[in-house]
Amino acid sequence: MSDVADAEGIALKREHPARATLRRLFRHRLFVTGLFLFAIVAGIGIAAPWITTVDPQRLSMRNKFLPPGEAWVFGTDNFGRSLWARVVWGAQLSMIIGASVVALNAVFGTLIGAAAGYFRKLDNALMRVNDALMAFPAILLAIAVTSVLGPSTLNVILALSIVYIPRTARIVRSSVIVLREMEYVQAAVAAGAGHWRILRHHILPNAMAPMIVQLSFLFAYAVLSEATLSFLGVGAVPPTPTWGNIMAEGRDFMREAPWIITIPGVALMITVMGLNLLGDGLRDVLDPRLRIQQ
Amino acid sequence: MTTPLVSATGLTKVFEVGSSGLFGLRKPASLRAVDEVSLTINAGETLGLVGESGCGKSTLGRLLLRLIEPTAGRIAFDGSDITGLGRSAMRAVRRSMQIVFQDPYGALNPRMSVEDIIAEPLLIHGAKPGAETRRKVTEMLGKVGLPARALDRFPHEFSGGQRQRIGIARALVLHPRLIVCDEAVSALDVSVQAQIVNLLQDLQREMGLTYLFIAHDLSVVRHISDRVAVMYLGKVVEIADKRTIYSAPLHPYTRALIAAVPAQHPAQRSRGRRERIAGDIPSALNPPSGCRFHTRCPHVMAVCRERAPVLTEPAPGHQVACHLIEAPQA
Repeated sequence: MSDVADAEGIALKREHPARATLRRLFRHRLFVTGLFLFAIVAGIGIAAPWITTVDPQRLSMRNKFLPPGEAWVFGTDNFGRSLWARVVWGAQLSMIIGASVVALNAVFGTLIGAAAGYFRKLDNALMRVNDALMAFPAILLAIAVTSVLGPSTLNVILALSIVYIPRTARIVRSSVIVLREMEYVQAAVAAGAGHWRILRHHILPNAMAPMIVQLSFLFAYAVLSEATLSFLGVGAVPPTPTWGNIMAEGRDFMREAPWIITIPGVALMITVMGLNLLGDGLRDVLDPRLRIQQ
Repeated sequence: MTTPLVSATGLTKVFEVGSSGLFGLRKPASLRAVDEVSLTINAGETLGLVGESGCGKSTLGRLLLRLIEPTAGRIAFDGSDITGLGRSAMRAVRRSMQIVFQDPYGALNPRMSVEDIIAEPLLIHGAKPGAETRRKVTEMLGKVGLPARALDRFPHEFSGGQRQRIGIARALVLHPRLIVCDEAVSALDVSVQAQIVNLLQDLQREMGLTYLFIAHDLSVVRHISDRVAVMYLGKVVEIADKRTIYSAPLHPYTRALIAAVPAQHPAQRSRGRRERIAGDIPSALNPPSGCRFHTRCPHVMAVCRERAPVLTEPAPGHQVACHLIEAPQA
């Protein structure tokens, strides 16, 4: 210890914990790969208005079924629409839906999970409702919700949030239950801290790690589920360019124009793989215990 | 003798353990962790509380601070009953009573800096963040032997002993009167233990503290305590001043505990027959009838199986709960 500590035995090496975490993340190869893939998709989605020249919904029957080439980077579909424009705008929609579902989960999953885990009296009531929602297969429940609300982008976001918030809440709750018994929480109680202070200073900051990991995977699930819903025809209404819609239309021409279904499929794969790698990296760095369990 | 700083009367804590089953059909088992304990702690003294793991000593410590709500019994602090106080009234009392924990790793929030950790009790009790608070925190840090440089560090940058010092600083920053030391040195290396025990004693003299020192190490308790209470399965079986407990214990359990302490020198080994007990502590879920110690007691009598002995005072200041004492040398 003598070479890294001073006379009082306090470590000399100074690094803020957050910085140390960032440094370890950027040394993690899978995380960097995942972040790179995800950044490409997110970047394309954000830059959509500037990197496309044609309206993704403009029909041009003269140009239908053109294969990828110089004039049309990704080719055209059965209505002669630019597949590049449609996939790029589809990326934007996927990012908006993914980010919205993640944001709603972060807020409501934390609220419900923290309330159930911290206040024992609320636990049973909240978790039984949670269990009931989790008993449905995710996609089935999402289809049910969108068919009740009607197909639209906003309703897809709501449906996916209803499906995934119980899962996020459960993860937050399990961390909170462990943290509630920590001695530093007892010390705060002994000092006279109120519930709000204990939750805000002692429990939630320490429950963030598994939550962030969960949210990164959730982004992937949300993008994938949104594609599934629009593929099944219960997502955003068809002329809207979403990867699921493009693939649903492309399915009929798989033989003649395989690029229509392949390109959004590959885009979806890159996004989900990127997010999963990113999530794995976050999990390894932020919450190493989870890895041992699996 | 003045009024005691803390006095507990018939303090009982029953934990309901196990699931109540689907629809609450199954009755959960009840565990009497602390069973009708009455004791007092005088201002300025150190009361040692010893006993085997699981005998309820930590629960008792937390009950006294109302970190756990008692099932029955009353707690008086500085002459006034605090058993039924509401949250805000209790907050005022909490200024005067604090706790130091066993685990130097779990007792400090890993995401707070040392300054934030020690300042928290001050902020809860109305201090404003700023130079004045920082000065108090630095001063407290100095008292526990840590330099001001430690302020912006995080708990993981410290050793076990240093973390324990931070925990002590947090407990003392409000200048409380009572400190419950819940196995405060048990997790530390022997050399570090000695430093922390000495620090606790210095601080006691300097700040006029009263300690409830919970431990299972009888040598440490002997070193620091004025009086010692011995617990067995949720009951206090004997309380006396340190000298009496270590030289003339009355309860067979205390005698066995004292006999089990290794002598410091071969010449000090007791020559006669040593009091020995066999077996493990019985389950608190299903404690033995009568005297809870009768299953392991070398002097067990018929009455012990039927009736629980009450705490009597055979000599002033020496309380013991044993049928052998009630009916002297039967």
